[in-house]
Amino acid sequence: MQVLVETRALHKRFGDIHAVRGVDLKVHRGEVLGFLGPNGAGKTTTMRMVTGFLEPTQGTAWVDGVNVALDPLRAKTRMGYLPEGAPCYPDMRVEEFLGFIARARGYRGPELRSRVEHAITAVNLTLVRRQTFETLSKGYRRRTGIAQSLLHDPPVLIMDEPTDGLDPNQKFEVRQLIRRLGKDRAVILSTHLLEEVEAVCTRAVIINRGTVVFDGTPAEMDAKAPAGLKANRLDHVFRQLTTGDLPAGPA
Amino acid sequence: MIGRTLVIARREFAAYFSTPLAAVFLVIFLFLAGLFTFNIGGFYDRAQADLRPFFQFHPWLFLFLVPAVSMRLWAEERRTGTVELLTTLPFRLGELVVGKFLAAWGFTLVALALTAPIWITVNWLGEPDNGVILAGYVGSALMAGAFLAVGACLSACSKSQVIAFVSCVVACFLLLLTGFPAVQDFFSGWAPRAVVEALASMSALIHFEALVRGVVDARDLLFFLSVIVAFLLMNALVIDWKKAL
Repeated sequence: MQVLVETRALHKRFGDIHAVRGVDLKVHRGEVLGFLGPNGAGKTTTMRMVTGFLEPTQGTAWVDGVNVALDPLRAKTRMGYLPEGAPCYPDMRVEEFLGFIARARGYRGPELRSRVEHAITAVNLTLVRRQTFETLSKGYRRRTGIAQSLLHDPPVLIMDEPTDGLDPNQKFEVRQLIRRLGKDRAVILSTHLLEEVEAVCTRAVIINRGTVVFDGTPAEMDAKAPAGLKANRLDHVFRQLTTGDLPAGPA
Repeated sequence: MIGRTLVIARREFAAYFSTPLAAVFLVIFLFLAGLFTFNIGGFYDRAQADLRPFFQFHPWLFLFLVPAVSMRLWAEERRTGTVELLTTLPFRLGELVVGKFLAAWGFTLVALALTAPIWITVNWLGEPDNGVILAGYVGSALMAGAFLAVGACLSACSKSQVIAFVSCVVACFLLLLTGFPAVQDFFSGWAPRAVVEALASMSALIHFEALVRGVVDARDLLFFLSVIVAFLLMNALVIDWKKAL
């Protein structure tokens, strides 16, 4: 299977804080990787280094075979990115914003219009397409953020908490969309909702204090829980791995 | 490359008009420009067909108004987090920096263009040397550009638009006055002579006044253009440096 995202010995220091300590990841086409970890574990920082927003202190990231540090422009055309909190320009209309993203991605004329239309329908933004961001609910903002990330149909999608702040119906829709998208690309999504791992991910990576402490399928994660435990099995494993109740180490 | 720069410039330019900022800025600029020209500058009393009273106040008007245009360029993107979106789109750093600068400059050029009635008035009342007036407009546009480049760079340094505004006012004030005794005295006590002399030649006000007099000297044009280029380069360095933080 084709490797679409790879990181090798990725480190990030912010002054004295060693936020990411040697993260190695490989994400293949067709995988939806759930990136888990407590707050401050280094999820967002790792994703930011993969997207080129932050420079790693050490280590390398490749997206679709392109070295992010050496050829950032080409790497950026291969991925769609939903930053944490789905930032947006408050005075822009949804349509305008997607038009700007499409132009930034090099589309013009009818191709631009069809890309924007496609993105609007893919995440159900038709009702709010003429509204400005400051009038949108959190859910719609997040959905517009998702729409811009898949506008150019990239082989790699990186989403920082794509379902945060959505209501249960919206969560369900977005998860279905991600599952669909993940069939023929590589998706990395960060979350701290363990139900999300079971619902959409084909693989889970848990990171704690900047290092990977688990890498496996949701079923493998489940298997680490005590046999007798009936409910919240993943929560139990997560707690064990990230609070040091179990000897931590790559699985 | 130019296409992508214009994509940025277009969005930024539209952003000015999507908030009341554009209207407020234009109204205040035109009101103050008129007030200074006619009341304080004594446009009619001088009974001379030129625009000296109009241009002579531009440095002081720009000192407070231009930082208001440049302060949001990067600081706002940092505060709202959109900088993360912008810098992960397939733009080169230079395209982002130049695009934003061009939008802000274009906006101030709109403001300058809206002062055309003053130019029409002076042509209707007398027979001014329109070449001198054109040189004045060129000087004014270049000075606004230099201030904007300084402001854009300082906006990139901070998340706060207020800090960007205040630091830009101070920086532009120094840029205007480096050739003047007060500033010279401050440096001449301890800085090497070469530095003091270099600073003396860097006074934006002196270069601007030469242009307003109608003396179009390549050195004056070059001065403003090099300030613009230098600060845009620094702007790019700041953005790049923040990535490695």
